[in-house]
Amino acid sequence: MPPALFIFLAVVAILSSLGVVIQRNPVHCLLALIMTLISIGALFVALDAVAVGFLQIIVYVGAIMVLFLFVIWLLNLQTEEAPAGNLALKFFATIAVAAMAAELFAIVSKSRTALGAQTVTSGYGSIDSLAQTLFGQYLMAFETTSILLLVAVIGAVAVARRALPDRPRTAPTEGRPT
Amino acid sequence: MAIELIAGAIKAIVILLLVLNLSAVLLWFERKGSALIQDRVGANRAAVFGIGKKLGLPNLGFQNTLMADPLKLFTKEDFVPEGADKFLHALGPFLALFPVLIAFAVVPFGDSIVIAGHTIQLQAASINAAALYILATIGVGVYGVALGGWASNNRWALLGGVRATAQMISYEIAMGLAIIALIITYGTLDLQEIVHQQGGVWFGWLPRWGIFLQPVAFIMLLTAGMAESKRVPFDLPEGESELIAGYFVEYSGGKQAAFMLTDFAEVVLAAVLLTLFFFGGWQIPWLYHGGFYLGSHHLLLPRVVVVIMGVIAFWVKVLLLCWLQLLIRWTLPRFRYDQLMHLGWKGLVPLGLLNVLITAFVVVMVSGAAH
Repeated sequence: MPPALFIFLAVVAILSSLGVVIQRNPVHCLLALIMTLISIGALFVALDAVAVGFLQIIVYVGAIMVLFLFVIWLLNLQTEEAPAGNLALKFFATIAVAAMAAELFAIVSKSRTALGAQTVTSGYGSIDSLAQTLFGQYLMAFETTSILLLVAVIGAVAVARRALPDRPRTAPTEGRPT
Repeated sequence: MAIELIAGAIKAIVILLLVLNLSAVLLWFERKGSALIQDRVGANRAAVFGIGKKLGLPNLGFQNTLMADPLKLFTKEDFVPEGADKFLHALGPFLALFPVLIAFAVVPFGDSIVIAGHTIQLQAASINAAALYILATIGVGVYGVALGGWASNNRWALLGGVRATAQMISYEIAMGLAIIALIITYGTLDLQEIVHQQGGVWFGWLPRWGIFLQPVAFIMLLTAGMAESKRVPFDLPEGESELIAGYFVEYSGGKQAAFMLTDFAEVVLAAVLLTLFFFGGWQIPWLYHGGFYLGSHHLLLPRVVVVIMGVIAFWVKVLLLCWLQLLIRWTLPRFRYDQLMHLGWKGLVPLGLLNVLITAFVVVMVSGAAH
C-alpha cells in the first residue's frame, strides 16, 4: 500500500471515530461510525485482504449499522443537551484517558522493534487462502461458532415468542343485550 | 503505466456516462412505454419551436423527457422543510446515488483489447472479488433513503424511509444467496472470469449461459433486483396512496431527481448483474475470437469487430432486461406489506438456501467425478 493512501485512510478513520464521540446528534454519530467502518474496510482492501475488507463493509455497514439506526429510531433518541457534568467525574475521566494514551504510546513505540516487518506471500488475503484457513485449519472453531450463533438466534426467537397466557373467559351472557 | 492510467480514466468515464444516459433513456421509455401499455398518449407536448409538428412528425416525447423535465427539475426551488436536519437532508440523495454508480466500476462491458502492446480489460476496475464489491455497494446504498427519510422531519417520509430500509435489507439477503449459488457454480468472484466461462457451447449449439445452469437463481436475482430498485410491484416505500411519495416527499428539484436517478440506475444495475451472471455478459452465441463458428459453418471476422460487437451485445442485453423490468412494473399491481415480507423471508430466503445446498452438492459430485 502506498504510504499516502495509508495516511489518508488512517486520518479519515481517526477523524470520523472522533466524530462518533464528539457529536451530539445520535444519527450524526452513527454516520460517523459508518464512515469509520468504511475507511477500515478500505484499509483491509489496500492491505490485500480484499475479501475481509468487503465482508467488513457488507456485514457491519450493510447490516449491523442499519440495526443501530433502527434502535435509534425506536428509542427516539434526541440530540443530547450538554450534560450537567460532575466535575470530579470529569477529572478522573481525564486522568484515565491520559493513562490509557500513555500506555498505548508505550506499546506502539516498542512494537516496531519487537514485531518487525514481515513480508507476506502473495495471495495472502485472497478469498482462497481465507477459505483454506477457515474451512481447513480452523474448521472446528468455525463450525462451533456458527452453532453458537444459531443457538443465540433460536433463543432470541424463543424469548420473543412466549406463549400468551390464556385470556380469562367471561360468561358470554353477561352484559350482552338479549 | 501512463497508458493504463489514461485507459482506466477513460473506461471509468465511459461506463458512468453510459449508465447515466441509459437511465435517461429509461425515463423516456417509462413515460412513453407505459402510455403504450395503458393505451394513453403519454408525454407529447413539449417541442422546440414546434418544428416536429410543422414537418408533420409524430411527437415521441423526447423533448419532454430528455430536455424539458431535467430543465424543470434543476431550475426548481431547492426546498428544505422546517425543522429538517439540513446536513443529512442534503446528503441523503447523494448517499443513495453514489453507491449505485460506483458499483458499475467492476462491470466488464467487453473483452480485453490490445493497444500498443498493453492488454486492456474493458472493465474500469479489475477486482478479483468483484461480486463481493457489488454486494458491499448495494449494502451501503440503504443509508441514502433511510437518512433522507429521517432528516425530512415528516412522518410520511420517515415511514417511507423505514419501509425502504426494511425492504432493501430483506431482499439483499435473497440477492446474496442467489449470488452465492452462482459463485459456487462458476468457482470465482471475478466478473470478467465469469463472463469468460460462459463462452462456448453445449451439445454443439446451446450457448453456455448461466441461465441454463441456475434458473432458480435467475428468478431470485430478478425479483430481489426489482425489490432493491423500490419500484412497482415493490414500491411500498413510495406508496403514493398512503405515504404521498414516501422517503422523498420533502425533496424537490435536483435532489428529487437524484433519488429518481438512483431508482433508474438500480434498474440498470439489476439488468447488468443479470446479463453478467445469466446471459453471458458480452459473449455472443457462437462468436469466438476469430469469428462465428456453428457446426461446420464459419464466418471469419477481425478481432476489433468481434470486440466491438461484444460491447454492443452487452448493452443490448442490458437494455432488454431493463425493458423486461419496466414491463413487469407496468403489468403488476403493488404488493401489500405483509405479502412483500412473506415473499422475501418465507419465499426467497428458504428457496435461496435450498438452491445453495443443491448447487454445492452437484458441484462437489461433478468435480469428484472429474477427478
